[in-house]
Amino acid sequence: MAANGAPTKITQGSQTKGGIGESTLRPDGTLKVTGEFAYSSDMWHEDMLWGQILRSTVAHAQIVSIDTSEALALPGVHAVLTYDDLPTDVKHYGLEIRDTPVLAHGKVRHHGEPVAIVAADHPETARRAAAKIKVDYRELPVITDEASATAPDAVLVHENREDHHAGHVPHPNILHRQPIVRGDVARARARADVIVEGEYTFGMQDQAFLGPESGLAVPEEDGGVHLYIATQWLHSDLRQIAPVLGLPEDKVRMTLSGVGGAFGGREDLSMQIHACLLALRTGKPVKIVYNRFESFFGHVHRHPAKLHYEHGATRDGKLTHMKCRIVLDGGAYASASPAVVGNASSLSVGPYVIDDVDIEALALYTNNPPCGAMRGFGAVQACFAYEAQMDKLAARLGMDPVEFRQLNAMEQGTVMPTGQPVDSPAPVAELLRRVKAMPMPPERQWESSEGADVRQLPGGLSNTTHGEGVVRGVGYAVGIKNVGFSEGFDDYSTARVRMEVVGGEPVVTVHTAMAEVGQGGVTVHAQIARTELGVTQVTINPADTRVGSAGSTSASRQTYVTGGAIRHACELVREKVLEIGRRKFGSHHPAWATAELLLEGGKVVTDGGEALADLADVLEGESVEVEEEWRHRPTEPFHPRTGQGNGHVQYSFAAHRAVVEVDTELGLVKVIELACAQDVGKALNPLSVLGQIQGGTTQGLGMAVMEEIVVDPKTAKVKNPSFTDYLIPTILDTPTIPVDVLELADEHAPYGLRGVGEAPTLSSTPAVLAAIRDATGLELNRTPVRPEHLTGTRRSEG
Amino acid sequence: MRVNFTVNGRPQEADDVWEGESLLYVLRERLGLPGSKNACEQGECGSCTVRLDGVPVCSCLVAAGQVEGREVVTVEGLADYAGQRSCGTGDRTSPSGTARDTDSQTGEGTRLAPIQQAFIDAGAVQCGFCTPGLLVAADEMLERNPDPTDADIREALSGNLCRCTGYEKIMDAVRLAAARQSEGA
Amino acid sequence: MDFLRPASWEEALAAKAEHPTAVPIAGGTDVMVEINFDHRRPEYLMDLNRVGDLFEWEVGAESVRLGASVPYTRIMENLRAELPGLALASHTVASPQIRNRGGVGGNLGTASPAGDAHPALLAAGAEVEVESVRGSRRIPIDEFYTGVKRNALAADELIRAVHVRKADGPQQFSKVGTRNAMVIAVCAFGLALHPQTRTVRTGIGSAAPTPVRAKVAEEFLNAALEEGGFWDNGKIVTPSVAQRFADLCSAACNPIDDVRGTASYRRHAVGVMARRTLTWTWESYRGARRITEGAA
Repeated sequence: MAANGAPTKITQGSQTKGGIGESTLRPDGTLKVTGEFAYSSDMWHEDMLWGQILRSTVAHAQIVSIDTSEALALPGVHAVLTYDDLPTDVKHYGLEIRDTPVLAHGKVRHHGEPVAIVAADHPETARRAAAKIKVDYRELPVITDEASATAPDAVLVHENREDHHAGHVPHPNILHRQPIVRGDVARARARADVIVEGEYTFGMQDQAFLGPESGLAVPEEDGGVHLYIATQWLHSDLRQIAPVLGLPEDKVRMTLSGVGGAFGGREDLSMQIHACLLALRTGKPVKIVYNRFESFFGHVHRHPAKLHYEHGATRDGKLTHMKCRIVLDGGAYASASPAVVGNASSLSVGPYVIDDVDIEALALYTNNPPCGAMRGFGAVQACFAYEAQMDKLAARLGMDPVEFRQLNAMEQGTVMPTGQPVDSPAPVAELLRRVKAMPMPPERQWESSEGADVRQLPGGLSNTTHGEGVVRGVGYAVGIKNVGFSEGFDDYSTARVRMEVVGGEPVVTVHTAMAEVGQGGVTVHAQIARTELGVTQVTINPADTRVGSAGSTSASRQTYVTGGAIRHACELVREKVLEIGRRKFGSHHPAWATAELLLEGGKVVTDGGEALADLADVLEGESVEVEEEWRHRPTEPFHPRTGQGNGHVQYSFAAHRAVVEVDTELGLVKVIELACAQDVGKALNPLSVLGQIQGGTTQGLGMAVMEEIVVDPKTAKVKNPSFTDYLIPTILDTPTIPVDVLELADEHAPYGLRGVGEAPTLSSTPAVLAAIRDATGLELNRTPVRPEHLTGTRRSEG
Repeated sequence: MRVNFTVNGRPQEADDVWEGESLLYVLRERLGLPGSKNACEQGECGSCTVRLDGVPVCSCLVAAGQVEGREVVTVEGLADYAGQRSCGTGDRTSPSGTARDTDSQTGEGTRLAPIQQAFIDAGAVQCGFCTPGLLVAADEMLERNPDPTDADIREALSGNLCRCTGYEKIMDAVRLAAARQSEGA
Repeated sequence: MDFLRPASWEEALAAKAEHPTAVPIAGGTDVMVEINFDHRRPEYLMDLNRVGDLFEWEVGAESVRLGASVPYTRIMENLRAELPGLALASHTVASPQIRNRGGVGGNLGTASPAGDAHPALLAAGAEVEVESVRGSRRIPIDEFYTGVKRNALAADELIRAVHVRKADGPQQFSKVGTRNAMVIAVCAFGLALHPQTRTVRTGIGSAAPTPVRAKVAEEFLNAALEEGGFWDNGKIVTPSVAQRFADLCSAACNPIDDVRGTASYRRHAVGVMARRTLTWTWESYRGARRITEGAA
């Protein structure tokens, strides 16, 4: 029996004509507004059990003993599993480094680490059973920052490291370190008329996707398992899951269920292996749904960071050099930290021309929550710091902050600190110009004839000011983000495209393993097929592991890479269709042999516009199917000591202008407007592009003024794992977000497009910070800014 | 325990309900109505918003036993609910008021409430997890306040978190639904 | 867990007498979160939604008798004239969805220092009507909060209503949170002018183990207003008086550092809110006086 809620094909009918460049509407829109769209947490199966995870209550401890007997004795409990029950020798997983235990063994390394799992007939039974498992911990000292990690007597978070970074790091509690050295900083420094230094702190942000981790594992008759799951990358999950289960990959079938947002937080595994283990052990389908509390422990977060920067500039405003040191807290397990380090170091200079740099970025192993992928991926932390530096430099030089940035802005041809030339448009100065040219929002919009409208003032509905203490500020920022997987990673996608005649109409079916997480890949992929193959009806098959890997829905890469794979497969399909056409009709018209032929409007047409045949006739009795892998240009690893190498495939750029009003007495902030200009190369779906830019901008706003996972420095325990105390922006916190989209084609990319999703998350945060600095005159070297930072009330009393 | 109540106009009975279960759990896991979403279970996100005797509430904060004998409208019943309302006022001209042939795969042709159609048209749906709760809340606001200011919309929807859109397209969708509603009236 | 569904107030009292550990649930704002997150597994849950009496209010000559379950939305919409401070506070409670179900009875029952209604009730002056099968009593609001999340209820008692003195002058409520909506108070402040008695009353939330009044500040301001003849001459409150009042309100706090804010910030913010709400209420009082004089 199929699981209830298994995804079905999504077909868009002939009312949707849209090829690329049109704001075609989402094919899953109707299902999503009627509540019929099946998310992973909506999956249901007759006779299914509920899984529950028991997590560590301490951050760092030896596990002296685990007693599951009382839990097993509870009626309704079908299985209780610990490390000892794992079926094979593979007991760890990880994106790059297999350092994460499926279930804790001997030791727990962070608060909330999975220790045991339970399957029971009702979630409450499973919770009661988990509560009856007795775990005896002997607590160990916690490593929480660089000082404690590298102290002479520091406890090692991971003993006996064997990963490929272990050989080049200065301390076993440093997971990975990437220096980049270029030019001669000492000589350049001597040229500087002003030197500005800053020490910056970036808090721990959570992806806070709204659909918590969940999935359903269904045991299959052949001894395998079918997992319905919300993830960002089915095949990466599969590669990590199968060996732990002791199954060949073809016996672990994976189907993408509806995904309630991701933003990087679903790049690592969460409950996948646990659900499969319980299903295989009990022989019953097992559903696991995290609640919000557990979700905060169930996925990695954005790395908190300490950043030290030094910049110099000449009197006439030219940057001379940059030195920086970026320390990222990777937490207890590696996740994507090495790649985040690569990004933080290689993008640490920002979108500016600086020939002489001395850069170091590293990630620590600590007992804090594991950190990994989140929208912006290492570039976000750096952007916050270098943009603060740009404002400081401009102020020291008495220059306008936007003009100062424009004077130093990179452009096509600029060489990155890694030695890689930027070989496509880099309209940094232009984006700044555009965002600055947008009309300013009117002053004092909160004033009305009936008095102050508190909804438009800092504090909002809480009625804290009627205008008292309110000061406006304006700030600018711009950032640079790489698109796609970097540093020599074999970054490819696979598309299967089929064309046939159904009911007299030519129909195209596209099958990829691309994870639709809300971004609209399914919309754009159908648009590509329409454009390439000239049909209106395109069916997007559910994403699953019956087709090759699509790579991750991250790094702003799916439109580029899976879109590229679909275009490539479509081109091959077109060739085959034309071959059939030539075979069938070639004798009817000489143009079949001589002209450039296209597929348009359901017909084969010449480049002169003459119709040669209906596709329905060409494909009568035949179908064409192609499955192909497609890769973007190869990249290279960064040299471990110099950081040199053509590490990135494409860059994307966005600039923001923030207008804020700050209640300077209470330290409350209202963002009035957050304007953005971004170059997207080519907007395949303009409406979706706006959605990405506005959504990314708002996540950056959250990081500026409210979002932070607070970890107790003494215990490494998370203090606010809930939506009561981890706040994300409401609609009353979010301003209007006017967007100016620039389309300068990147000739190396399909259709000239540029990945869109991440760049707006970079510059949004520093723009808001700059605006708050403008309003308050405060230095503000940390984000998020809290009221106590704006009112001089940070220190505890007594 | 057993709970009897009305959901989207139909009487429903749930058996063997554990006393600590929420209305949200009963809807999703016992009545096969998973449209209301579980995103926080603490009244801090609005994804589970339903109408209880006409009033928008977080169904995660309603104990199952509290709905005995009461009426619940979920996103699954929103089109009918809005349709009855517009029939009641003589408004039958909403752009989506007519049913077309329904495509079982995409739901195309499904009868939609004006606010549902507006969310699709304005691009207010991305991952869609917040969408059901927002639709129920926005529909109720337009019922009370057919001509809302932007500040009114923001206040009425301030209990519904969205993580994908930055809310701009949601604002557009509500404005669009209000405009279509007033054209149709 | 058992679910009790009393159909009337009398049945509810009888059930509570029989099962003193029964946890009453009305709007569910606090209780359901505790259940959903496994923080609490009461032996009995007692639904009060079927007790219609709790959803009603009566406006009397001196005070409003506000049923424990009257939703905050109703208070905002219907009692702005009589209970302006509480109406403003109601508007800051959580989200529209929660304001549609939650009522003052829940705030009082939970007695969290962060409950939004408390400062407004303290400032207005109120009595909590509680009852058990043993009888009914009224607890003055100043005696109601006995400790962190503790109140003066006996195990067999239920909150039936709160009697809030009708406003005889301007009232204000202000709350600091780190978000512009749907936020738990970092700290909050309520202020009510009582021209009839020529007194002011205050309420402070989230800045001490319980909601508290700033009594020293009230006494100072009462004396200063009296001494300067402000009630009669309707002059602007001297900035130094307002600042002294604000400082004394800050001094009435006994806050802690937590994930929502530092103690030092709370003390500071209460002072700012005290000064601002005094300005707003006093301006309003002066305006009302001018209108009254103009009409006379």
